Amino acid sequence: MANPKAAFYWASSCGGCEIAVLELGTNLLDISKKVDIVFWPVALDFKYSDVESMPEKSIDVCFFNGAIQTSENEHMAKLLREKSKILVAFGACAYGGGIPALANTTSREQILMRVYKETPTTDNPNGILPQTKVEVAEGVLTIPEFYNTVRTLGQTVDVDYYVPGCPPVAEQVWSVMKDIVGGNLPPKGSVIGASEKSLCDECKRIKGDRKIKKIVRTHQVIPDTENCLLDQGIICMGPATRGGCGAECLKSNMPCRGCYGPVPGVLDQGAKMLSALSSNFDADNEEDARRIADGVVDPIGTFYRYSLARSLLRRAKA
Amino acid sequence: MAEKIGVYVCHCGTNIAQTVDCKSVVDYASGLPNVAVAREYQYMCSDPGQELIKNDIREVGLTRVVVASCSPLMHEPTFRRAVEEAGLNQFLFQMANIREQCSWISENREMATERAKAIVGAAVKRVIFQEPLEVKKVPVNPDVLVVGGGITGIEAALQIADSGKKVYLVEREPTIGGYMARFDKTFPTLDCAACILTPKMVSVGQHPNIELLSYSDVTGFSGYVGNFTAQIRKRSKYVEEEKCNGCGLCTEKCPVSVPSEFECGLGKRKAIYRPFPQAVPNIPVIDRDHCLYFTKGVCKVCVKFCPRGAIDFDQKETYLDLQVGTAILATGFDLFDASKVKQYGYGRLPNVITSLEFERMSHASGPTAGKILLKNGQMPTSVAILHCIGSRDQNNNEYCSRVCCMYSMKIAHLVHEKTGARVYEFYIDLRAFGKGYEEFYKRVLQEETIFIRGKAAEVTDVPQTPAEKGKLVVVAEDTLLGIVRRIPVDMVVLSVGFEPRKDVADVARIFSITRSQDGFFLEKHPKLAPVSTASDGIFVAGACQGPKDIPDSVAQGAAAAANALSLIDRKEVTLEPTVAVIDEESCSGCKICLGLCPYNAITFDETKKVSVVNDALCKGCGVCVAACPSGAIEQRNFTDDQLLAEVEAVCA
Amino acid sequence: MAELKSNFEPKIVGFLCKWCAYTGADLAGTSRIKYPPNVNPIRVMCSGRVDPVLVLKALAAGADGVLIAGCHPGDCHYTSGNVKTIRRFKLLQKMLDQFRIEKGRVRLEWVSASEGERYARVVETMTEDIRTLGPLNWNLRKEA
Repeated sequence: MANPKAAFYWASSCGGCEIAVLELGTNLLDISKKVDIVFWPVALDFKYSDVESMPEKSIDVCFFNGAIQTSENEHMAKLLREKSKILVAFGACAYGGGIPALANTTSREQILMRVYKETPTTDNPNGILPQTKVEVAEGVLTIPEFYNTVRTLGQTVDVDYYVPGCPPVAEQVWSVMKDIVGGNLPPKGSVIGASEKSLCDECKRIKGDRKIKKIVRTHQVIPDTENCLLDQGIICMGPATRGGCGAECLKSNMPCRGCYGPVPGVLDQGAKMLSALSSNFDADNEEDARRIADGVVDPIGTFYRYSLARSLLRRAKA
Repeated sequence: MAEKIGVYVCHCGTNIAQTVDCKSVVDYASGLPNVAVAREYQYMCSDPGQELIKNDIREVGLTRVVVASCSPLMHEPTFRRAVEEAGLNQFLFQMANIREQCSWISENREMATERAKAIVGAAVKRVIFQEPLEVKKVPVNPDVLVVGGGITGIEAALQIADSGKKVYLVEREPTIGGYMARFDKTFPTLDCAACILTPKMVSVGQHPNIELLSYSDVTGFSGYVGNFTAQIRKRSKYVEEEKCNGCGLCTEKCPVSVPSEFECGLGKRKAIYRPFPQAVPNIPVIDRDHCLYFTKGVCKVCVKFCPRGAIDFDQKETYLDLQVGTAILATGFDLFDASKVKQYGYGRLPNVITSLEFERMSHASGPTAGKILLKNGQMPTSVAILHCIGSRDQNNNEYCSRVCCMYSMKIAHLVHEKTGARVYEFYIDLRAFGKGYEEFYKRVLQEETIFIRGKAAEVTDVPQTPAEKGKLVVVAEDTLLGIVRRIPVDMVVLSVGFEPRKDVADVARIFSITRSQDGFFLEKHPKLAPVSTASDGIFVAGACQGPKDIPDSVAQGAAAAANALSLIDRKEVTLEPTVAVIDEESCSGCKICLGLCPYNAITFDETKKVSVVNDALCKGCGVCVAACPSGAIEQRNFTDDQLLAEVEAVCA
Repeated sequence: MAELKSNFEPKIVGFLCKWCAYTGADLAGTSRIKYPPNVNPIRVMCSGRVDPVLVLKALAAGADGVLIAGCHPGDCHYTSGNVKTIRRFKLLQKMLDQFRIEKGRVRLEWVSASEGERYARVVETMTEDIRTLGPLNWNLRKEA
C-alpha cells in the first residue's frame, strides 16, 4: 500500500511553524519513512504547477500555516483545499490570524506608506509603491495583491482541524501527526494538539487574590518566579488562553501572550480577557478605573495579539 | 431537535393594539423558525387568555411559550403559573414587553410595530435556549425585625407580637415614640398625642413577644427572604437596664444642663437624661459629650444618688446578630431645615419658629408649660402661619408634604384657644382630604382664621409704616385680591415639610432597597403594593415611604405587619433559581472569580482545583459569569446562549 | 448623504438591569412619555452581567450602538455589581477607541427605578447622537 501523502505550506507567516516541524528532530526521519511529502516550499523543490496537476483530494493531509493576507495566500489556500482530503490550519496565524492579523488595526495604504516611504532608512526618492502589475520591455510582470484585511484560513476555505500555537510546541506537533497519520481522527472542526482548559490549569505559579492596583509592563519589573504574574500587576493572557503548551513562557518568567487562542466555548478571546482583568481592578469609581485602565497601553495588541482576525470585530474601522 | 413555540400577542384592550399592528406581529411570528402557533387576543392575562395557552400546550404539544404583552415585571408570574398548570416547566416561558417599552412610548404605528416584531423575535430566539429549572423552596424564620419605634413601628410590632410571633424592635433614640411623642394635639380630633401614644408605648415595653433594642442601630443586613441576618449595635447608655428602676433621681441631681433635642433646643435637659418623662424604656442615658465624668473625670453625683447602683461608666457597646425572616422599615422622616429659606428669617429674627417648635411650646410639659409665648415672655396678639415651607418648591422639595395644611390649621386652632390672637394662614392650595379634615377646616374658618391665598414671599422686621414697628411683617401676594399685602404680626410659624431622614441613603444601602425621585423609600407598586419593596421580605411603612399623617402611618404599619405575617404563615418561600453554576469540567482554577462576589458565594476547592458556587448564598447577579475567562460559569436563565440569541435577533 | 443620514434609524441594543434601569424604562412607558423607540431592551439581572463579549457581539451583528444601563453607584441591588461594570467599561472604551468606534456609540448610564423621564432623555440623546454619527454597518467593514 502506498504511503499517505502530506503537504506543508506557509502563507503570511514568519517561518516559525516550519521550524516547529523541524524540531521534531529524529522523529522527522520516522515520518519521512511513513509519509510521502509532496509539497514543502521551505525544504523541497516542488512547484505550484506540481500541486495544480495533482488530482483532487490526492493529498491525504496538508498542514497549512500562516494567515491569508495576499491573493497568492488565498489562491494557495483554495488550491490546497481542493487537493487535500484533510486540511489542517497549523499555528496561530492560520487559526486566528496571528501577528500578521495585527495589520487589521491599520490599512493597506498606511502599511505601504510606512514600509516604502516613511521609515528613516528607506531610500525611495521617487516614492514608488508596489503595484500588482507593471509593463516592462519583456512583457507584463505581476505580483500578488496585498489585502487590506487579513483573514484566517478558516475564513477563506473549509478547515478540518486547527492546531494552535506560535508555534505549536514540538510534543503537540508530534502527537497530532501520529493521530492523523494513524487515522485516529477527532470530529471535524476540532482544535487538536492542545488542552481543553485554560493555561492556568497547567501553570504551577501560586494564584493569589487578583486585586489589580496598577498594571506594570515586563520591562518595568523583574517578576518573582513563584507567584502568578497577574497578582504582580503584569498582564498574563493565561486565564483566557487555551493550554497545552506546558506554560513554557511562564517558566521563563514571562507572561503568556495568548498564542494558543481562546479557551473552548469562548467567542472572543480579547473581550473575555478584558473582562476578567478589569473586573479585578482595585477601583470603585470611574476615575480610578480609568487610571488603572490607562496602564494597558495597547489594548488590541495585548488582548488580541494572536486572535484579531478571528475576533468578533476582526479589524479596526478603516 | 426542533421546538414547538407558541407565540401570543396581547392587545391589552387598546393599550397595545392602538399603536402596534398586532395582526402583523402575529403573522411575523408565525414565519419564525420553530414557531408552531401564533395567536392574538384582547387580554392574555385574563382566564380565557390563559386558557388559550394551556390548551395549546396540551393539544399542540408546545415545548416553549412566548407572550408578547406588558412588562415581565407585571405579569411574568401570572403566565409562568399558567404554563406550569398546563404541565410545562415555568422557565420554558419568556415574555416580550411590547407595552411599557414599545406601544406606550411611541406614536408612530409603523415604528412601534417594527419594534414589536424585533422584541418578539428576540424572545422567540431566546426561549429556544431556555431550560427547565426548579424553584428553590426555603423555610421562613418567623421572627420579624422592625426598624424604627415611632407610631408606625409600634403599630407593626404590636400587630405581629399579638399574633404570637417574636419581634425585634430596633430604635435609634433612647426611647420609642418618634415624632408623635413631641406633638401636642393631633388633627382633626384634637386628641392629645401623648395620651393616645403612651399606652401603646407601654404595651410595647411590656409585650412578652417584643424585644425592644433602644439606643441601637442596624449596621448590616444580609441573607434572603425568610433567612436574613441583621447586625445590631447597641450603644452604651452607661446605665444598666436590669438595675435601673426609672426613679429619675439621677436626672434631678445632675449638675449639667444642656439644650434638649426633644424640646428643639427651647428647653433643657441634663447630661444624664430621659428624652421625656413617659419614655419607654424609662431608662436614662448619659450624654458623654457633656457629662463631667467623661469630659473632666469629676462629679459622679448620679452614682452617689442612684439607689440601685445602676450607673456604669465602663459600659461598652455591644454587637449582636439577629436571625429574622422579614424586616419592616419604619424609620420615619426629618423636617425641612427652615434656615435654608433665608427670606423667612428663621434663626435670625426672634419669634419666627417652626411648627415643631410651636408643638413643644403648646405642649403642657414643654419648655413654656403649654403657653404660647414670644421671646419676650408675652403672648402674641397676632400670628401668621406660612404654608409650604420647603415644599412644592423647585428650589427645595418639589413634592407636597401632605400633612402641613392640616397641622397648620390645628396650630391656628391652638393659637385661638390659648391666646385669642388673630391668626393668618398664607397658603397656596388647601389640602383637607381626609376623614373629618374638611369639617375641621370649616371649624377653623368659623374661629375667624384669615386665609390668604398666596405663598409668603418674605418675613421682615424693617417697618414701612408705624403699624409695622416692632412687628414681623409677612409680605405676600394675595392672589385672590390681586395685590401684594404686608401683614404685621407678633409671631410667624413656618409649616415645614417632611424630608427623608438624613441617613436614608445609608439605610437604603444596608437593606439593598431603592428610593424614589423624592428620596423616600421606593415601594414595589404605588397603588397595589405600597408597603412592599422590590426586595422580597423587606417592607416599608409610614413616613419613610413618603409624607403622611398618623392615620395613614398606622394603616401602613398594620399593612406591613399583615404582609410579614402572610409570608411567615406560608412557612416556606420560593427563590428564583437564576443562580450562577460553575462547570467543574471547564473550570481551570484561575481564581479570577473568587474576589468578585459581594456575597462571598464562591469558594475554591483545593482538591479539585476548581471554584465552586454556593447556591444558597448566590443571588444571581451574574458578575462572575461575565468575568470568567474560560466561560466556565453560567447564569441559569441568563446564559450566554440566551443573551446572544436576543442580541442576534435584535440586530438582524 | 445628509438626507440618507436623517432617514437612518439607529439600531441600539440596550442591556438594562432588572432592578433599576428596566424598571425605570417601564416607568417611562407607564407615564406615557414619548421617546424614540430605537433602543431594543435586553433584560439582565444586573449591569454586572454584561460581558464585553456581548457588547462586541451586538456591534458585530449590526447594532449602531449599545447602551448599558444600571443602578446608580452605591445603589446596586447586588451591592457592587455596577462597580464591576464601571471597571470593565473604562477599559472597553479604551479598546473601542483603538477600533475607531466613535465614543458615543457605546454608553454606560445610570437610571434608577423611579427615573422614567431620565431614561427617555438618555435614549433620545443617544439616538440623535448616533443618527448624526451615521450607521456603523460593521458587517460591511469587517471584510473591507
